[in-house]
Amino acid sequence: MLPGLLGIAVFYLIPFGDVVRRSFLQMSGEAFCGMDNYRTVFSNAAFRLAAKNTARFVLVCLPLLLVLSLLLALLASRFSVRLLTVFKSAFLLPMAIPAASVVLLWRLLFDVNGFVNGALHGMGISSVDWMNTGAAFAVLVFSYIWKNLGYTMILWLAGLASVPKEVYEAAAIDGAKSAARFFKITLPLIRPMIFTIVVISLLNSFKVFREAYLVSGNYPQESIYLLQHLFNNWFLDLSVDKMAAGSVVLALVIGLFVGILARCWEER
Amino acid sequence: MRKAVKLFSAALLTVSGLLTAAPLFFLFCGSLMGSGELGTYLGPYIYHTDGYAMWRLFPLYPTLRNLIRLVLDSPEFFHMFWNTMAVTLGILAGQFLFGLPAAWGLARYPVFGRRLFYMLCILLMMLPFQVTMLSAYLVLNRLGLLDTLWAVIAPGAFSTFSVFLMYRFFCGIPEEILESARIDGAGEFQIFVRIGFPLGASGILSAFVLQFLECFGMIEQPLVFIKKKSLWPLSLYLPEIEAQQAGFALCCSFVALLPPLLVFGMGQKYLEAGITAGAIRE
Repeated sequence: MLPGLLGIAVFYLIPFGDVVRRSFLQMSGEAFCGMDNYRTVFSNAAFRLAAKNTARFVLVCLPLLLVLSLLLALLASRFSVRLLTVFKSAFLLPMAIPAASVVLLWRLLFDVNGFVNGALHGMGISSVDWMNTGAAFAVLVFSYIWKNLGYTMILWLAGLASVPKEVYEAAAIDGAKSAARFFKITLPLIRPMIFTIVVISLLNSFKVFREAYLVSGNYPQESIYLLQHLFNNWFLDLSVDKMAAGSVVLALVIGLFVGILARCWEER
Repeated sequence: MRKAVKLFSAALLTVSGLLTAAPLFFLFCGSLMGSGELGTYLGPYIYHTDGYAMWRLFPLYPTLRNLIRLVLDSPEFFHMFWNTMAVTLGILAGQFLFGLPAAWGLARYPVFGRRLFYMLCILLMMLPFQVTMLSAYLVLNRLGLLDTLWAVIAPGAFSTFSVFLMYRFFCGIPEEILESARIDGAGEFQIFVRIGFPLGASGILSAFVLQFLECFGMIEQPLVFIKKKSLWPLSLYLPEIEAQQAGFALCCSFVALLPPLLVFGMGQKYLEAGITAGAIRE
């Protein structure tokens, strides 16, 4: 197992240590500059915009994804195993489609003269310039949900399957309605699982970038300018100082969530 | 009443499922359309004429011209296809060589600092690529690997995600089995190969299926670490094809998703197992 650990150390741990060191240094040389880089990052307008957009994205997507996938999982779990497998295949399929393969489709869908506007026109609604206005945010949310619905649905299904059937039967005998069964039995019993799913989805949502990048490149419409775009652009500008400080800040924030996730794994 | 509810949920699931899977169908049909037909449907998008782009479910005049052009007349597609394959398989091979033993050792032996290392694995797999981008760049630069396929393969081979996943599965193997094998005189390496490997096979496959799908679509890494166009993977090449060649682009996109589709079709069971492994205690 040593080579494996060594490799992880060489490619991730040691260099990240170096980045932490650099985050306290001036870009040009070796001069120590304390928290200056951090101050620059936090006062940077682009950083604020990107952080705000990322937070907004997470806050919109997360509840939407969780509720939609739970709904689908609840509906799907009533069916026989064979049908369930078919449904699962359909919703998991986007995981097997490389983002690059759907770029053209996405451009066709959301172009000013694209499919979506065509459909809207058919319904008598005026067209939207999806990629160059705030509507780009909706496109990003849509892409994220499309890609991750199956993943989260599988997590919910696993949680639902862990509730023993006998409990439902007993409740049915006592005359509990399905809404009552859901709120009084299912939700409390899968509560520890809910927390885990929330944290996993949260962490996954930081990884949405491929779709956004492919649809709109390095400088997308302002509302979907995410931290990931910012880091890429800092990288292209060789702003090593800002990037180092930014990486450390982001790693700390995500580390916090990972700590929470680890706590919920341990509680069970 | 109950029956109506069931019918309704079946309909809802079917419709949303079909919508989710529709892009696959779209790419398939589009790749069978000739440029004339696509020009008519997509004119407003390609040539910015008035009106809106339209679509037909099935091609009116199906043609294999796009496919023929792809096979016979676009060496660059194959070149980049093999780049993608080399990167994906290279990463998987690396994880097999390094990640697998690491996961086994971590799961079965009381190594010093094991908990700390486990937490580090989780943290590293959760970090978005952009956070570790700078550090990866600095290392690759020092090792002189930038602008080679190794720049993508080497960090990917040591991705901690598969270590984490395999670790979870290895932990599920009861200690008694290993104990009895030891009493029967099996060496530690033998135990790993004869018992750990077959019993953890589903975990290994889960990790590989998930990683295959992930690596095949890689964009961020090659984008920053590989400047030479001849080393690009497919995922950077596809978006570059111009709109005028829509049929060809759709055909390329479709062919490019066949390998992951195949892996998905064969390994859906493992994919699901891999997804849940992160959320449920074995």
